[in-house]
Amino acid sequence: MPGARQKQLAAKREAVTEITSENLPSAFRRLCHDVSLARDRNYSSVLIDALQQRVLAAHQRVYGARGDLRGRWLNFLGGGLPRLARAERRFVLAAALLFFIPLLLCLMLAQIVPDSVYYILSPETVTQYERMYAPETKRLGASDAAAASGQLAMLMFYIANNVRIDFQCFAGGILFGLGSVFFLVYNGLTIGMVAGHLTEVGHAQTFWSFVAGHSAPELIGAVLSGAAGLKIGYALIAPGRLPRREALTQAARDAVRLLYGAAFLTFCAAFVESLWSPIRSLPFALKIGVGIGVWGIFLVYFCCFGRGRHAA
Amino acid sequence: MSSANAAPVPRLDTVRRVLTPEGCELELRLAGGIVRARAWCIDFLFRLLIFWGGSLVLTRIGSLGMAFFLLLYFLLEWIYPVVFEVLWQGATPGKRLSGLVVVRDDGTPLDWSASVARNFLRFVDFLPFFYAFGVLTMGLNRENKRLGDLLAGTLVVYRQPVAAPRVTDDDATEEILPFALSETEQRALIEYRLRAPGFSYARAGELAQLATPLTAGLPPDDARDRLVHLGNRLLGRGALAARTEGGE
Repeated sequence: MPGARQKQLAAKREAVTEITSENLPSAFRRLCHDVSLARDRNYSSVLIDALQQRVLAAHQRVYGARGDLRGRWLNFLGGGLPRLARAERRFVLAAALLFFIPLLLCLMLAQIVPDSVYYILSPETVTQYERMYAPETKRLGASDAAAASGQLAMLMFYIANNVRIDFQCFAGGILFGLGSVFFLVYNGLTIGMVAGHLTEVGHAQTFWSFVAGHSAPELIGAVLSGAAGLKIGYALIAPGRLPRREALTQAARDAVRLLYGAAFLTFCAAFVESLWSPIRSLPFALKIGVGIGVWGIFLVYFCCFGRGRHAA
Repeated sequence: MSSANAAPVPRLDTVRRVLTPEGCELELRLAGGIVRARAWCIDFLFRLLIFWGGSLVLTRIGSLGMAFFLLLYFLLEWIYPVVFEVLWQGATPGKRLSGLVVVRDDGTPLDWSASVARNFLRFVDFLPFFYAFGVLTMGLNRENKRLGDLLAGTLVVYRQPVAAPRVTDDDATEEILPFALSETEQRALIEYRLRAPGFSYARAGELAQLATPLTAGLPPDDARDRLVHLGNRLLGRGALAARTEGGE
């Protein structure tokens, strides 16, 4: 037996000195065997602990290996995101309804009952919005203080603020989806009300020419983050044949990917919102046209991309 | 081994066992609320420092500074923990200083999705005031998971100390075990031996008398000494003492 033991030790020493991706699995199995042997023979706890440390380290390297991210995010944007949105269309549609129905209702309500805006927003906020989109303003869509600090500050503000709302909308899903429902409906109500009110008081042209360009990525981003939250909430309410915890963890994987898409769209919207949307010199028809064009592109993107040969 | 595998008995300690595909059991030591709160506080201080340092510089350079100030705030609030946990071996600076690390349920390192899920959920864990939901959830499950950990399937565990257990006194008398002990029993004995100097003599004796087959019929002080001597044997204290004496 000492011969075999020495051979084993020699093999082990060899494995320790040069571990490559080829010999790691077999070295790992040998190590696991050593632990089992040490446990079975009741060797000292110090030895078992030391071996376990090594098993843990190897386990993390073997099973925790992450693929290269470089190519994957392009694949995700090129086809993965629309595919995911179609696969989760139940949640995307639910989120879209929860967002757009209050939005449209408020938009109409503001035309019929002009004072209805004060049900939702404080008079100060309304005045501020009215000033931001007044026809005689120089820079559109910016409060006085923000306008003074320049385009880049607006860009950062939009990124920080709008992406944060996406994240919160996603996180709210853990409260059985209620948080996401709240954010979707609340944002729908506010946006609809502001749009309706500004149209009603005669700032229609300035307002719509400002929001047209970035409305598509921004609103779709909001809907996707809501859908991510709803997916989490649904996994809690109706986990199906899985234990709730397992259902939750599984739902989280796709929900986080939806959130990536939402954050990316919102991020893009911030650029349009700070660079393109405030330009006043362009004709109204052009800005509205571009806005409609962007909506069209996104509809095509979500309906058609990621189909065909590459769809796996 | 078989007894350990077939035991769904709830354990009293905070060790969580993970079975690897190789059939090998790993032990992860779960971190409790207090040490995690400490890590959070350290992180909070770090963030405050970065924010303060950033604001000192950025407010001097006008509107451009204002722009990056907003971005800095956003990054510190949401991205800071994610980046550190994924790129710095599962620990933010606060966790690292507290000896903690975040891993997935199966003991493997975090990926981006898991880290995003657990850190963005802080927004809900923080509700309705100062991590109330998080603390409540941690109390409701056996693995000290807050909502973010439940969603992402992650655990906060101790980065295991590599140092061998230390004995603080110089008692090195050994006694041979009268019969074979299982690994768990050996561990209990070693734990007792390591902690015994910290107990009062009476308490140590009282505890020692509970280890009945080993200490049956012995008065408290003798029972304590016997267990300590057996523990010395398991730790190899006698051999160690002999070697150091020989060396000198």
